[in-house]
Amino acid sequence: MQDLFMITDSVALSALLWAALAITVMFLGRDSARRSIATLTRMLHNALRIAAHGLRRAELHLESRNREVLLAAGREAKERIVSREFERITATVARDLGRYPETQRTLTEIIQRIDEDHQNTADVPPEVPGWSKAVKAVADAADRADPSVREVLEAIHASLDRAQARSLASYRQASRQRHKLLSAMMPRWRHIQGTLKRMESAVSSILERSRSIDRHMDEYRDILAGTDRAVQTLSTSALVQFTVSALVIAVAVGGAVINFSLIARPMAEMVGGTSYIGTFRTADIAALVIILVEMSMGLFLMESLRITRLFPVISALPDRTRVYMCVFTLVILTILASVEAGLAYMREILLQDELATASLLRGDDAAAITGEALWITTAAQMGMGFILPFALTFVAIPLETFIQTLRHVLGMLAIVLLRLANVALRILGNLIRQTGVLAQHLYDVAIFAPLWVAERLSGRRAVSRREAAA
Amino acid sequence: MKISILIGAVLLLTACGGPPTSHATGVYMLLDTSGTYTEEIEKAQQIINFTLSRLEPGDSFAVARIDTASFSERDIVAKATFDERPSAANVQKRQFQTRIDEFVDTVRPSGYTDISGGLLQALEYLDEKAPGRRTIFIFSDLKEDLQEGYVRDFPLAFSGVDVVALNVTKLRSDNMDPREYLERLASWRQRVEQGGGRWRVINDLDRLEALFQG
Repeated sequence: MQDLFMITDSVALSALLWAALAITVMFLGRDSARRSIATLTRMLHNALRIAAHGLRRAELHLESRNREVLLAAGREAKERIVSREFERITATVARDLGRYPETQRTLTEIIQRIDEDHQNTADVPPEVPGWSKAVKAVADAADRADPSVREVLEAIHASLDRAQARSLASYRQASRQRHKLLSAMMPRWRHIQGTLKRMESAVSSILERSRSIDRHMDEYRDILAGTDRAVQTLSTSALVQFTVSALVIAVAVGGAVINFSLIARPMAEMVGGTSYIGTFRTADIAALVIILVEMSMGLFLMESLRITRLFPVISALPDRTRVYMCVFTLVILTILASVEAGLAYMREILLQDELATASLLRGDDAAAITGEALWITTAAQMGMGFILPFALTFVAIPLETFIQTLRHVLGMLAIVLLRLANVALRILGNLIRQTGVLAQHLYDVAIFAPLWVAERLSGRRAVSRREAAA
Repeated sequence: MKISILIGAVLLLTACGGPPTSHATGVYMLLDTSGTYTEEIEKAQQIINFTLSRLEPGDSFAVARIDTASFSERDIVAKATFDERPSAANVQKRQFQTRIDEFVDTVRPSGYTDISGGLLQALEYLDEKAPGRRTIFIFSDLKEDLQEGYVRDFPLAFSGVDVVALNVTKLRSDNMDPREYLERLASWRQRVEQGGGRWRVINDLDRLEALFQG
């Protein structure tokens, strides 16, 4: 093979001859080679540019779609919030202001009573006897030493004392009556004050809610108009909600795993510990199915209560049907929770049985392992077995948020990926184009000698032509 | 439409269901009761208890003695296939242990040592139970001593079986010429591996966890 390249016996001379031959061939084919390089790189550059353009269009389309989805979700959420605010206002009006005529009538009656009582409490001083001046004149004119006069005067004095005592008693009686009326007015004032406070609180609540509705309506208008500010706010909110819901779901998964470990072992006692479905134990699958059924029931319960709206069919059901569904799911959930509590109890029994057997096999005393405080762990396990299914019910709320925001987050991720791919393709295209230019220059460098000669010759020819023309 | 759904469901179920694979473990333990090796029987009891503690519901376990003619069901001291329910399996384990205790109390040394016959019986038992994992423990010094007339020099099929030799004690003659001991182990290893099985030796009984490893 080596001999094939040996034109002469000398390696150096052969290499030189081959190089000269190659340079000559390259020089002769220079134009074609340069055109080929330029065409190839241009073709690749254009292909990558078109691909980048396609990605850009896909990115814009996805961005627009994502924006629409986000605005639609935001619009729906705002409608729900505003609707809920109106429901609250309706409830407040029905509860507090709905009884306004009755309240007004009560207030009027109380005020009338107070007015009457107030009039009745007017202070009337006791009348002074009209004949006292006449008695004074008789007393001054008459002979005080005269026993008959003296007797008359004493009788008059006694009559005056009795009249004064009667007047004083009557006055005291009237004062007592006035005080009683005044005392009776206090609770009525308080009643009026309480009623007015309640009215004030109801009106304030309505005013506050109306301000909240105004704010939400402003945001709703922004969303309807599709402003960038609204999109930005919704996007940030969606990301935050996605993160928070993902965290809560992770916590719930932890709870489900604990729940699973509570019931997987005793489940073997029910369905057998030796059967397998695929590579998984039937007992484990059964335990998992119970937990998943509980979560489904929780989901349906939340849907029936209209706390979540993952299934429009359930939300659209008549109220009566929803209540039936609510009760039905709650009953199933309670039964499953009771089953879990029973299984948790069974788990403890099995565990003790296994410990006793293991102890016996080791040669220890089996009775020694029974503890007095064993009931605490048993009760704790049973409690967890009963409570966890209900706790898992609330997973429906973060799950709904997670699903709703997942679309937007995935869309954003896809946009970022498309953008990165777009930039990468553009960089690669430019790199290829510049590489083509570089390859052309390197080609010329390889054949610089014949090029230089050709340039000199063409220079001379040009000079000759100019001279001939002159 | 309904028919196509039904056919689809049937096809799916058919695709999912292959030949049933057993996840159970089958253990057959051979106890050498020949000569002075009977003195080691308490160690065997310890291994049996350990094995019982490791076996799960659905597993099978049998303990048989090695005597003059071991290829016989009569040599099986205790056997059980544990119930699917863990609680019932625990009761079976306790009963198993009681039978072993009774055997240990009444065991008598045998005149000859028919290890091959015991292995044949073990293979037959494990084939019958068809567990997913098959293990034979040989608690013996591995010195086979056949009575005249017993034919055991034929290959045994150990395909898929773990054979673990336990507490392979050194005989007096082994001490004089250790090559005898090594040759004995090598010969059994060869016999098991030629039959398609895997061979292990565990003499350190403080590491019983290694019994169910590998």
